Amino acid sequence: MEKTIGSKWRHKDLLDVSQLDRDEALHILDTAARFQEINTRPVKKVPTLKGKSVVLFFAEPSTRTKTSFDMAGKRLSADTFSLATSSSSLVKGESLKDTVLTLQAMNPDAIVIRHSMSGAARFVADRVRCSVLNGGDGRHAHPTQALLDAYTLRHEWGDLEGRTVLILGDIAHSRVARSNVLLLNLLGARVRLCGPRTLLPAGVATWPVEVFSRLKEAVRGVDAVMCLRLQLERQHAGLLPSLREYSDEYGLGARHMELANPDAKILHPGPVNRGVEISSELADCADSLILDQVASGVAVRMAALFLLITRKGENAQ
Amino acid sequence: MSAPDCIVRAARLNGRVVDLYVADGKVLEVRETGGISATNPDPAPAACTEIDATGLVLLPSLVDAHAHLREPGHEYKETIASGLDAAAHGGFGTVMAMANTAPVNDEAAITDFMLAQARRAAPHGPRLRPIGALTKGLQGRELAPMAELARAGCVAFSNDGAPVTDSGLFRRALEYSSDLGLRVIDHCEDPGLADGGVMHEGALSGRLGLKGQPSTAEAVQVARDVLLSLQLRIPVHVAHVSCRESVELIAWAKQRGAPVTAEVTPHHLVFDETAMRDYDADAKVNPPLRTADDREALRQALRDGTIDMLATDHAPHAAHEKEVPVDEAPFGVSGLDTALSLTWSLVADGVLDEAAFVRAWVSAPGAAFSLAVNAFKPGDPADFLLLDPAATWTVTPQAMRSKGKNTLCRGRTLPGVLRYHYLAGRPLVAPEPGPARGR
Ligand SMILES: [Zn+2]
Repeated sequence: MEKTIGSKWRHKDLLDVSQLDRDEALHILDTAARFQEINTRPVKKVPTLKGKSVVLFFAEPSTRTKTSFDMAGKRLSADTFSLATSSSSLVKGESLKDTVLTLQAMNPDAIVIRHSMSGAARFVADRVRCSVLNGGDGRHAHPTQALLDAYTLRHEWGDLEGRTVLILGDIAHSRVARSNVLLLNLLGARVRLCGPRTLLPAGVATWPVEVFSRLKEAVRGVDAVMCLRLQLERQHAGLLPSLREYSDEYGLGARHMELANPDAKILHPGPVNRGVEISSELADCADSLILDQVASGVAVRMAALFLLITRKGENAQ
Repeated sequence: MSAPDCIVRAARLNGRVVDLYVADGKVLEVRETGGISATNPDPAPAACTEIDATGLVLLPSLVDAHAHLREPGHEYKETIASGLDAAAHGGFGTVMAMANTAPVNDEAAITDFMLAQARRAAPHGPRLRPIGALTKGLQGRELAPMAELARAGCVAFSNDGAPVTDSGLFRRALEYSSDLGLRVIDHCEDPGLADGGVMHEGALSGRLGLKGQPSTAEAVQVARDVLLSLQLRIPVHVAHVSCRESVELIAWAKQRGAPVTAEVTPHHLVFDETAMRDYDADAKVNPPLRTADDREALRQALRDGTIDMLATDHAPHAAHEKEVPVDEAPFGVSGLDTALSLTWSLVADGVLDEAAFVRAWVSAPGAAFSLAVNAFKPGDPADFLLLDPAATWTVTPQAMRSKGKNTLCRGRTLPGVLRYHYLAGRPLVAPEPGPARGR
């Protein structure tokens, strides 16, 4: 059964949501739902990718995304290898191109890359034969995060069609926001953005979103709020007067959620700055899906690894 | 009329078919082809080079008022020898080299060295005309010794690569250089507004997640420069104009009589920001490629003379420097090899007429920087090209003579193949024995 699903997949790489059509996005989510079942078994492992190797190349620190991909690979019986800038002499002072060629020479079946520069995943994908999964490139894209967010909401709602989701915070620097705007639209949800003007991206007026500068207006009648992590260095870059003022104006609190639709959900890609972009009590409340997102992440990444590695004509035999 | 030593027959010169007579490195005469008669005998002596230029376009050698030749200091990117070789084959008879070398060209010794390298590498040209640093070390703090640099042979001053943010100092630099009769070339960029942007700020940069620099970053400095020019009545030359706002400011100042000149690059006229769509580091230039609307404004401005001239902003880099993510790549494209064909394509497409082409590449930079150029008047330097407008060539790293292969034209087939390039009546490029490019 799984072989036939895999063989329909046409993409070598998963670089951004923009490459997917609606059916493909739903196909990843459906596949993830099947894998989610494995994650509830006593023995959380299937032999699907036995003998396949996945390199986790994280040129920017990220414990949670890396762990999530690592676990996803291992639950499918793939061998995973980590390569991190901080721990590996292979990467220090070496150009991305040389690192990539070295990785290619090791002949892995997939490379997961996290990099601080926009376009880095594409740069790698253009230079290797194996599949490349974008684990986040600069401000550009984080497709598996958007997929796991959609997976989480779909699990709650059944369907995203007609729902309204507010993405709150530092949109300009957020690959999570960019990928989510694309995917939520693809799945029929309405998207709102809210944040100070200094943290909105150039040309946001051309995005398929409604933009709000006041949180109280933005949150009215939404079905979910996705808070973004505020990088504390934004204050030093002169984009914010202070974290305190940011938190007063844009930190999500219980008073805001009263204006949202009943049972509105709360998401956060983590790690959470409690008391900055979201109040501590909201992060832990019943409508918070933050821990569900983590669980969904493993299933979605299993689906992505599976579909890419077993796609027809490549490693499907 | 003295005896010619070279005759170019039946060339197309701005719509006419002419014969060009050259003697002692100078233009002797330009005649309508077929005008020979008993009363108007052909003056060709026996020992004279004759070029059958049937079907070829005759152009004066081009002037590049803005090139980075990288020597001294960055010879792995380009040398004066390789840059001038690319210039010769790219149709340039004169190349003005920017001062951001290492060490910076802020003293006569560096200028002397550059000129010596040029004499060694290209004794018969193209002619190197160094541009001196405007401030010491391009640091924007103290004036460079401009009189010393002028005596050594610098033809203009510029802080290109490190914009002068201190407007008071910039004013003093304009005043000081005006005593020397030399023009200041300004790379207009407010570093605070540019803010490290790697492309044009707009919808595309927002979507790609790349940091943008807004048109305003350039335009505010253009405004400063033209206002100073107007106030002081001192010439200023705006380098590589990239946006509509700058064009409008320059037009405004010119209407009021400010002695402002401006240049635009071939890449800003041909490409736009969409070249960055796939994170192509070769499309990373400063100022950035902007919108299609900006490109249209630049084309119009070049046609109507608001922008006076073309210049390549030739910025060669080593391959490994550009084969990196966009954020890490240095700015610039290699331009000397492709500029002639790229801008000739604008003539072929009717964007620019031949007269405007010649004005932009030859007479305007000649006038602004007091360079002797060929207007095909008797006595003018016999600096000319014969371009085959019907032939094309494909841009490949091998076809480029610059060491910098960082071009946006890679793989493109461009119109216009240079068949001959003469400088002061001597051949720099001729079909034999040199390898011909294109067909
Ligand atoms: Zn410049």
